[in-house]
Amino acid sequence: MPEITCREALNQALHEEMERDETVFLLGEDVGLYEGSFKVTKGLLAKFGDKRVIDTPISEAGIVGMACGAAMAGLRPIVELMTINFSIVALDQIMNHAAVARYMFGGQAAVPLTIRTPGGGGHQLGAQHSHSLEALFLHCPGLRVIVPSVPADAKGLLKSAIRSQDPVMFIEHEGLYAVKGEVPAGEYTIPLGRADIKREGRDLTLVTLSRMVYVCLEAAEELAKEGIEVEVLDLRALNPLDMKAVLDSVRKTRRAVTVEESWLTGGWGGEIAARIMEEAFDDLDAPVLRVGGADVPMPYNKALEKAAIPDAAVVVARVRELF
Amino acid sequence: MDGKSDTLMLGTPELLAMYRDMVRIREFEEACPKLYSQGKIGGFLHLYSGQEAVGVGVAHAINNDDYMISAYREHGLAIARKVPVQAVMAELFGKATGVSKGKGGSMHMFDADRRFMGGYGIVGGHLPLAVGLGYSILYREGDEVVVCLFGDGATNQGVFHEAMNMAALYRVPVVFLCENNLYGIGTSVARASAVEELYKKSCAYETPGLRVDGMDVLAVYQAVHQAVQKARNGEGPTYIEARTYRYRGHSISDPGTYRSEQEKKIWKERDPIPAFADYLLREGQASKDVLAAIDEEEQKLIVEAIAFAEQSPDPDPEELWTDVYAP
Repeated sequence: MPEITCREALNQALHEEMERDETVFLLGEDVGLYEGSFKVTKGLLAKFGDKRVIDTPISEAGIVGMACGAAMAGLRPIVELMTINFSIVALDQIMNHAAVARYMFGGQAAVPLTIRTPGGGGHQLGAQHSHSLEALFLHCPGLRVIVPSVPADAKGLLKSAIRSQDPVMFIEHEGLYAVKGEVPAGEYTIPLGRADIKREGRDLTLVTLSRMVYVCLEAAEELAKEGIEVEVLDLRALNPLDMKAVLDSVRKTRRAVTVEESWLTGGWGGEIAARIMEEAFDDLDAPVLRVGGADVPMPYNKALEKAAIPDAAVVVARVRELF
Repeated sequence: MDGKSDTLMLGTPELLAMYRDMVRIREFEEACPKLYSQGKIGGFLHLYSGQEAVGVGVAHAINNDDYMISAYREHGLAIARKVPVQAVMAELFGKATGVSKGKGGSMHMFDADRRFMGGYGIVGGHLPLAVGLGYSILYREGDEVVVCLFGDGATNQGVFHEAMNMAALYRVPVVFLCENNLYGIGTSVARASAVEELYKKSCAYETPGLRVDGMDVLAVYQAVHQAVQKARNGEGPTYIEARTYRYRGHSISDPGTYRSEQEKKIWKERDPIPAFADYLLREGQASKDVLAAIDEEEQKLIVEAIAFAEQSPDPDPEELWTDVYAP
């Protein structure tokens, strides 16, 4: 299989879906001529023209609302929001309009809209460009929330997101665009809502997603040296949430730790932990623990920022508490 | 209203249909407060009485395959768009036969077949959606248009300006129609907007802005008709301010004490329905008997709609969980 970056994998998905379906179009800030802040939309304007690749003004609510209206008229817009913090500017359109239209109008409206947006810290971008807000969207019924880690998943999941009849928050990670991985050649999709075991283990399950998958894999290597074999379960999606995969893994390993980059308080780890407790309490040998980002606005200083984001050492320490 | 129907090329059947639609809306709206006090209608209830000329003028100026999208004072607009009154009333009753299956309510009527693209409860929130609907028309190289209705309050929201800018930028076939009923709940336009002449607010986007008498159905029709033709011809959006007045409070729970009796009286003297009736009689388009027969038929229709809503079933309990996601 060819090895490509996440950026290239996403770009391939966009090219392929726009070729496959004429109703798919792209809009966002600097997605056309500039080819995207992270160059994910490279080559699209040249190939598909400005009717299908629209450079928009800096109007996040306007962009998402326009896409929502176009989706309700049967098109398949893909919005790029430059940074996930900017999605907050468009939150009314996402949560009060796109997410609720189908239900509020008795099933008569469909919003097949994909919103791609990168989140995550690690680049010293401070408190308005570095957060992980997937839990915010997990909270809202009507949305799908997809959070890929490796290039193959990014491509296969983005293609499924674009084909979905529901509004999808497709959350990328700024720190992963340059990460390489094997991607199958040719056409494939990955169904939304299926977790993937990135490393098998028998002693404990790390439930995670996005960049924290890599942190967990590093922690797993470290723990293996001590004889603790952890399983790394990449959720890949928070909605649909593959609880069956979580419970199957936990019933095998009898221990679990959730690992997220988002703020620990009100994060998705608490939701997973609660569900494990509700559905598999008797299968547990230890309480479910959580690892998450520090509950602070992201600091600029490099050392402080590093301290705000979980790393392998933090995960290893948390796991050790359970043995 | 002097001989306008000649210049508008409207025949008697169309003029009488406009009269009928305004009466239907008024009868419908004025039946609602009693049903609300009886507990048959819940939630908010924003009545359209007084503003009928706007909705009816708009609905008659567009084609069946054009889009209409609006804010939350939209029972009258849905009715003007020929959504069956039974389904509108049943929606207010929260019944399964409602136009949104009882899951939307007063503020969220939607009829895909009639391209009535919804009532929305976030002030100004649907304006960008109208731009998107318009963009879909350009995308498919169609010749439909979108009419987007909203209140005066929406013009103070950020998305009003985003939508105006993007509509002009992409030259979408959208007519923005501000129903200026002079108050955002209890706050008058003068106390909320630095610019009281709301039609001027599109000038920053080089979009033509004009004001029309929202109590005159033919004036609204004419203005919208012209704007729609321009949009169809690829000349981009138009912004129209229709000056109008709601005879009731913002919602059913609002006694409207912030408005003087004198002000209400002035606007009631300009009631669009009797004014249009006078016009039809004066122009020889209808006799008193014809208009009285329409009034009676519409009263009967509303009685039937109420009976239909009363007799309709509540949604199945399982409906709680349907249509959150695509099946």
